[in-house]
Amino acid sequence: MKIVLQNLTKRFPNRNKSVREDVIAVNNFNFEIPDGKLIGLLGPSGCGKSTALNLLCGLLKPTTGKIFFGDDDVTGVPAEKRGVGFVFQNYALYPHLTVHENILFPLQNFKGKDKLSKEEMLRRAKEAAELVQISSLMERKPSELSGGQQQRVAIARALVKMPRILLLDEPLSNLDARLRLQTREEIRRIQRETKITTVFVTHDQDEAMSISDEIVVMKDGVVQQIGQPQYVYDHPANLFVAKFLGTPPINVFDGYVKGGRLFIGSENVMAAGCPDQNVSVGIRPEGFTLDKNGSITCRLSGVEVMGRDITVVSANSACEAASVRSIISAENLAAINGDTVRFSLKPDKVFLFNKETGAVIGCELN
Amino acid sequence: MDKKNMKGWLYLLPAIFFLGFFMVYPLIDVFIYSFEEGFNFVSQSHHGIGTYNFRYVLRDPYFMQALKNTFILVIITVPVSTGIALLISVGLSSIKAVRNLFQTVYFLPYVTNTLAVGLVFMILFKKTPYSDGLVNLLINWFGGESVDFIDGPYWAKMFVLCFYTVWIVMPFKILILTSALASVNPEYYKAAQVDGTSKSRTFFKITLPMISPTVFYLLITGFIGAFKSYSDSVALFGTDLNQAGMNTIVGYVYDMLYGDSGGYPSYASAAAVILFVIILTITCINLMIRKKHVHIQ
Repeated sequence: MKIVLQNLTKRFPNRNKSVREDVIAVNNFNFEIPDGKLIGLLGPSGCGKSTALNLLCGLLKPTTGKIFFGDDDVTGVPAEKRGVGFVFQNYALYPHLTVHENILFPLQNFKGKDKLSKEEMLRRAKEAAELVQISSLMERKPSELSGGQQQRVAIARALVKMPRILLLDEPLSNLDARLRLQTREEIRRIQRETKITTVFVTHDQDEAMSISDEIVVMKDGVVQQIGQPQYVYDHPANLFVAKFLGTPPINVFDGYVKGGRLFIGSENVMAAGCPDQNVSVGIRPEGFTLDKNGSITCRLSGVEVMGRDITVVSANSACEAASVRSIISAENLAAINGDTVRFSLKPDKVFLFNKETGAVIGCELN
Repeated sequence: MDKKNMKGWLYLLPAIFFLGFFMVYPLIDVFIYSFEEGFNFVSQSHHGIGTYNFRYVLRDPYFMQALKNTFILVIITVPVSTGIALLISVGLSSIKAVRNLFQTVYFLPYVTNTLAVGLVFMILFKKTPYSDGLVNLLINWFGGESVDFIDGPYWAKMFVLCFYTVWIVMPFKILILTSALASVNPEYYKAAQVDGTSKSRTFFKITLPMISPTVFYLLITGFIGAFKSYSDSVALFGTDLNQAGMNTIVGYVYDMLYGDSGGYPSYASAAAVILFVIILTITCINLMIRKKHVHIQ
């Protein structure tokens, strides 16, 4: 099922009554979600991603704008008639019912011509349980399950009614790190098997990048960039997106372009094919290579060994942050000594942003 | 006993002393009295030990009347008051606009003086030389015959007593139930809504199980309270309850001790022990049902 969002806006009255201005949680959201894809809505807390999800599912009504499922305009359709599956952040499994009863619950709501026979319900509940691999837990109560198992039950409950779309609100936030890795693979697998258009919300960029077909980066209710994870990472639309994606985060320097050369601090680092101006320079941690004759000089503060790679922590007066983090191969460990390190830069890992707006500057670097 | 334990016992001492002196000791005493035949307070003597007191009480028509009244009161008022309180609480939690106003209104009876309440019921139900009471006015208006609710037929008096009891116990139940309803995580309702669950199914399959421990608590305390009721009868029918045929078991115990026909602590104790056994049995049955049907988180 293709989903189309048109000029979707949601305003809330300000909680502080003395302020007249409404809070705009989602601002003019335009997006077409292709059929059968897994979409990650990504952003810091308070960016409106959960509101967007609630608008999709119908628990909230948009102030303006339209939502289409396929060709149906569902903007005015209440949640119960939209046929969406929703997995809540805390799973919201009914604690007094067994896993089996929880999964059956949505099916027992069907009325009229949709009403299912008992055998059909049991068959579908069994199928859903098998899909998320919880068949052996059917008679347990939710309180007797681990977080990961509860998560699976919640997904099974959302899938059992064969929803047109599946929505997941922070699906991994209540799981520990190891389980998180495993569960995100699971979600990916389940989505591939069922081919249900799925939207999930997260503030964790790793999570979003690793399993999404496309990610939507949001900030303050405004969509910053939409695209395939790798593309968004490699071509950030603005400084916010560049900073938000990637761990360790991108290093941002004050710089300027003069006479076709890019300067960081006072160092001439590379050729830049754009007009003279002050810029913010973003350099990905993997964009540095150790080079005795490198173009950028930093004071060495320390080295963090991670096995495969090492992180060189250094300082540069032009850097916005206190330290510059660069990831280089562990083979170079021996080459690091003394008070300073010099790096040369990989041009495709360097981005120039407008100093005021933060928008990326399209510019040939080498 | 180590030092830590000693300290604990020391802290508990005042409570143990008062509970022992004012509760445990009298309880045991009542048990003993109930088997001592013809116990006399003044001479502190009795002339035999046995089950005569129980046999006497169980043959006393006044006691049987009190037993019948109490059982009717319990069977009618506990489910009715809990049910209505549940309805009102659900109503209260689904409105937003004037909820606080209504909450106050429903809680007013709880803080109203019993005598004032009695007066209101007089105006509603009592026949005086000047008027037949508001309720009779209504009955007349619909073409019915006046009924004397205070000195009239048994069913009329029972109706007033039940009405009064329900009205008195409801505010507390509403208070407890509204807070129980408010404590149900709204995510469950959202989940149910997304799954297209009907309002009634949401209530019976989600809300009710979630608040079942509270409902059960109210049922148990309601049963016990109704079995022990006495003052409501007095407020409506005066102190000579045997004459009015509206006595309760506790009223009977009181009459046996201090009433006009009083001075029989042995019979009073026997009646009190019978009441104790009844309440114990009912509460045990309640607890057994609770184990089966109540979801405890």
